[in-house]
Amino acid sequence: MALMLIKFDMKKRVKLAQTVWFMYWFAVMAGVLVFSMGLFFKIELRKRSELMDNNESHFLPNLLILMGLVACGINAFGGKVCYDSLDPSKFVKWKPMLKCFLMVCVGFNALLLVTALLCFLMRIPLQFTLAEGLKNGMKYYKDTDTPGRCYMKRTLDLMQIEFRCCGNDNFRDWFEIQWVSNRYLDFSAKEVKDRIGSNVDGQYLMDGVPFSCCNPSSPRPCIQLQMTNNSAYYSYDHYTEELNVWKRGCRDSMLSYYGGLMNTIGLLVVLVTMLEVAVTIGLQYIDSSLSTLVNPEDPESESEGWILEKTVKETFTDIMDKMKSMGKGSKVDEGGEAAVATVS
Amino acid sequence: MPFMPVKFNLQKRVKLAQGLWMIYWLSVIVGILLFSLGIFFKIELRKRSEMMDNNESHLVPNLLILVGLLACGVNAFGGKVCHDSLDPIKFAKWKPMLKPFLLLCCGFNALLLLTALLCFLMQFAVYLTLAEGLKNSIKFYKDTDTPGRCFMKRTLDLTQIEFRCCGNNNFRDWFEVQWISNRYLDMSNDLVKDRVLSNVEGKYLMDSVPFSCCNPGSPRPCIQHHLTNNSAHYDYDHRIEELNIWTRGCREALFSYFSSMMTSIGTCVLLVFLSVDMAGLKYLTTALETMEDPENPECESDGWLLEKGVKETFGDLLAKLKTLGKTNQVVEGGDAPEAAN
Repeated sequence: MALMLIKFDMKKRVKLAQTVWFMYWFAVMAGVLVFSMGLFFKIELRKRSELMDNNESHFLPNLLILMGLVACGINAFGGKVCYDSLDPSKFVKWKPMLKCFLMVCVGFNALLLVTALLCFLMRIPLQFTLAEGLKNGMKYYKDTDTPGRCYMKRTLDLMQIEFRCCGNDNFRDWFEIQWVSNRYLDFSAKEVKDRIGSNVDGQYLMDGVPFSCCNPSSPRPCIQLQMTNNSAYYSYDHYTEELNVWKRGCRDSMLSYYGGLMNTIGLLVVLVTMLEVAVTIGLQYIDSSLSTLVNPEDPESESEGWILEKTVKETFTDIMDKMKSMGKGSKVDEGGEAAVATVS
Repeated sequence: MPFMPVKFNLQKRVKLAQGLWMIYWLSVIVGILLFSLGIFFKIELRKRSEMMDNNESHLVPNLLILVGLLACGVNAFGGKVCHDSLDPIKFAKWKPMLKPFLLLCCGFNALLLLTALLCFLMQFAVYLTLAEGLKNSIKFYKDTDTPGRCFMKRTLDLTQIEFRCCGNNNFRDWFEVQWISNRYLDMSNDLVKDRVLSNVEGKYLMDSVPFSCCNPGSPRPCIQHHLTNNSAHYDYDHRIEELNIWTRGCREALFSYFSSMMTSIGTCVLLVFLSVDMAGLKYLTTALETMEDPENPECESDGWLLEKGVKETFGDLLAKLKTLGKTNQVVEGGDAPEAAN
């Protein structure tokens, strides 16, 4: 008893072939979309790789790019087969390849599903990479004269402006590191010497943040220095002031940005997987309906189409039997050779 | 002697009709492109309308939107006519409309040329509007509590950050206005009182700029206050310091952005020029009209752009206009004698 048997006449077969051809071209465009999403994600990771210590894993975008290309190829081939299926003479040359091709399609669909799952899971390693990278980013903010780190200040400033965030968890992270380079500190001034002497590491710490933390929506000009000193400014209370600098930490901002991106891409890949499964089923119907023509010479005869020739259980047991017989075949050969060797 | 005649047989006519149909559908897509360019330009003007005193002219984007929609309609109709031209029965119903349609296409082309010209010329108007608008923006920067202007600070800060510019002509424009609201100035403080009294208008002026003027590419943390005072900061010389704040003025930055946008749109419109469509359609219609044997679709025919030479057609047009004028005069003359009698 075949799985999901459907009777086909000439008209139905033609309609099926046309629909599946149309869906294959749609799937080619979906493949191009997956490819471009992978490329976009790769570029976004590269843009911020300095903030992730150049340590981020490019596994997922590379996989997406590969999947996109393979999808394009497979779907273009499938479309060609569908197009030729209406012409019996052309279809004959594709017939022997179809079973293998359908197996490849099934395997590819499984791989697509795994990719979608990865999109949702890879968020977690990214979180750790970001946390580590941002901490180092802030540490190297002042090193604008050290080769290899001289653009860290600019990258971090632009990121804080673009993502509307300040510091790692919040703006107080800037109070704990020295973000002014020693080149611009006057070591003969008493105030500077006091600050450096006041902590163990000999760092010039202050309760100030860089200008990129400023919130343009604040009604008053930005207060970046001496932030915890209420008397330094007229009508200022740092406990109630909310609009002055960005309140959110950059790790949260970046994570929500990349997390949203990965979720969207994962959803898209799931939709593409569903489309691929649909076209694979369609191709299987075309193949089976053309193989079971009642009268092989007459193209207008009736035929049947199915997804699996026998039921799921029987197909499964068949596959297991095949694998066992393959195993037994090798054993018999070995036994035969051993006997021959001992006899001689 | 017809202008640029070409001989057609059935195959050539079919090829011409098919090629023309393809061109018409491409032109529909180009019409959609023009429409979306118009919308994009309108949105960009709206986004920065505060910088231009809400005074900017929306003539060019509105015209582009109109032209885009018209292009879609005209080209879709042309494509339909081409598609039907291969079938004599269907073509018969379009035949009477074709002459007015070709004249409409002519008028539409003239409109396209006008739009392209406006794209290039309106840049001057944009420049003047920007100059005026930015000056006022800087003046109203501090008025974050005045309804209608409370977002000026935010808009100007975001503009300076995005376009990497500072002030109108350069950063010194900020030295000439009070950009801190009086709400945040301690009027009982001696320093503040000194500054306010030191100028005629009683404004709190200082040699500082807002934070949005800061250049992130500077190797040292941003110096915004006491910009002209070298001794206020360690190892600082304001005359040679170049990377600290943006040195470009916002008027120049915004103008170069808008002018490059308008130039590209104008160039695009010029490229859309539909003369190819018109010539093709003219050839097709004349070829179908001059079939020697109307019953036999496979006979030969001639196609041309103008029935007579350019000079003769022009002379005909002038003569027609004159006769129109003369008919009116004759009628009046006829009426007058009757009235006199």
